[in-house]
Amino acid sequence: MRVIGQPLFSRRVLPGFGLSLGFTLAYLTVLVVVPLAACLAKVSSLTGSQFVSAVWTERARAAYMLTFGVSCAAAVINVPLGLLLAWILVRYEFPFKRVFDSLIDLPFALPTAVAGLVYANLYVANGWLGRFLIPLGIYGAYSRFAIVLVLTFIGLPFVVRTVQPVLETIDAEIEEAAASLGATRLQTFFRVLLPSLIPALTTGFALTFARSLGEYGSVVFVSGNIMFKTEIAPVLIVSQLEEYHYAEATAIALVLLAGSFAMLAAINTLERWSRRYER
Amino acid sequence: MKGERPLVAAVSSERRFAQDPLWLRATLILLGVAIVAGLIVVPIVNVFYQALSHGVGTYWINLVRDPDTRHSILLTIIVAPVSVALNVIFGISAAWALTRFRFPGRALLLTSIDLPFAISPVVAGLMFVLLFGLQGYFGQWLRSHGIPVIFALPGLILATTFVTLPFVARELIPVMEAIGPDEETAALSLGAGGWQIFRRITLPNIKWGLLYGVILCNARAMGEFGAVYVVSGHIAGQTDTMPLRVQKLFDEYNNPGSFAVASLLTSLALVTLLAKVTLERKTRRELAAALAVETPIEPLTSRESP
Repeated sequence: MRVIGQPLFSRRVLPGFGLSLGFTLAYLTVLVVVPLAACLAKVSSLTGSQFVSAVWTERARAAYMLTFGVSCAAAVINVPLGLLLAWILVRYEFPFKRVFDSLIDLPFALPTAVAGLVYANLYVANGWLGRFLIPLGIYGAYSRFAIVLVLTFIGLPFVVRTVQPVLETIDAEIEEAAASLGATRLQTFFRVLLPSLIPALTTGFALTFARSLGEYGSVVFVSGNIMFKTEIAPVLIVSQLEEYHYAEATAIALVLLAGSFAMLAAINTLERWSRRYER
Repeated sequence: MKGERPLVAAVSSERRFAQDPLWLRATLILLGVAIVAGLIVVPIVNVFYQALSHGVGTYWINLVRDPDTRHSILLTIIVAPVSVALNVIFGISAAWALTRFRFPGRALLLTSIDLPFAISPVVAGLMFVLLFGLQGYFGQWLRSHGIPVIFALPGLILATTFVTLPFVARELIPVMEAIGPDEETAALSLGAGGWQIFRRITLPNIKWGLLYGVILCNARAMGEFGAVYVVSGHIAGQTDTMPLRVQKLFDEYNNPGSFAVASLLTSLALVTLLAKVTLERKTRRELAAALAVETPIEPLTSRESP
């Protein structure tokens, strides 16, 4: 957003530009750029057909499909859940609301290995929840549903925390205007509120989705990791690595990276889009 | 973490809304409480219940008598602070460069700080194995110089630092952007040096935001699993951090032992949440004060008040 006539490098009054920028760039180069370059270099040692046969095996395809499917499912589930939680946090008063609000951030703070461990334990046949759910035919551990469940937990705060601030900034006047023009509450919600929340909901969806794509720590505990059935792409990468198939592992990692970067680009576009609504 | 509410946005405004009918309010609140209870509260309670199910004595023995568990705790206490310290230096430096200066490529740099969030931890670990592993690009050189990286402490630190790289910078950038450079410029005009400005002006202004970033960064550093899993080689008593120890005990069907370590990590998460809430309140006040003072001094560069 440069104003015309403003110089490209604005006047630098404060000291430390060279030092801070230099250090920042050096740090990012060592920790991010060089490792990413190593990934590309490793893959470029494969020929085209080798690459295809590494990333497009039946096992790998099953893993991509599963990773994509469970991430999508968890993100879809989190949209209404997140909207509900954000709604009651912004609009209603109830006892222990502060505690409730901060508990929602627990999935960000809890190590994923702990999440996986406890979810596996809760939903097995003699677990606290499994003993009621398994007789009903709901298998919350060592199944695809188990992966969706734990990913829903991991992603829970994203939608809440993207929707909450937007909901807070919506003026009461808008709703009053809709009501004074004869709209019912339901109409006001679907016609007036929801459209302005859609960018935030979509961003939350994309964040949950992106996080789920790469998730490893929690899934490895609950999924059982059975080839073709409950093996997600990150688990496949690890098992390729453990067999010292470095190039194949990297090729699959590159597919996963491409997916994540596409999501990151989408999120950035969405954030720009949603800022339009904030004015 | 990406998607978390930036502190700046947390400055809330007054609101008055048409109240929903009681039955609707009650239903939605109960539904929300049920979701949080089922997904979050029950698992937390379960961790402590399982850890203590064989009595406090067994719990203590599980934590203290097992040398491998003891070592994993020690290792986590070494790795996390080193990673956090590195990322604090990076965060401050990046925030200074990005908020106090405008330069071409600034937006690109801002985005690239978030890159580690978009990369699967497993892929992060893999990248370091490709660089420093025995088969890796620098593997032979490191080996001939007797420097262990992969399956050793430096690898654990590298992987953890990568995964937690954005945390401090992401918290500091919005805070420093909101506070603005006026105080620092004033100090400069009064003859203060760079280091003096940073220590006397910038650091006191950002201290709560910085601490907030440190706490989030530390929680993730201590709990990181995927990236560390790939680079550690899982040598019990040598390269197992606490989360890796949780998994190893789980695989050995030692549930009480596994949950004992998990209970420590869960306590850490709860302390992190508590600190987070306290700091959010402090930072909000700090920001509100900064914004209130600024407006009358420099009305021309009107900054939007939230």
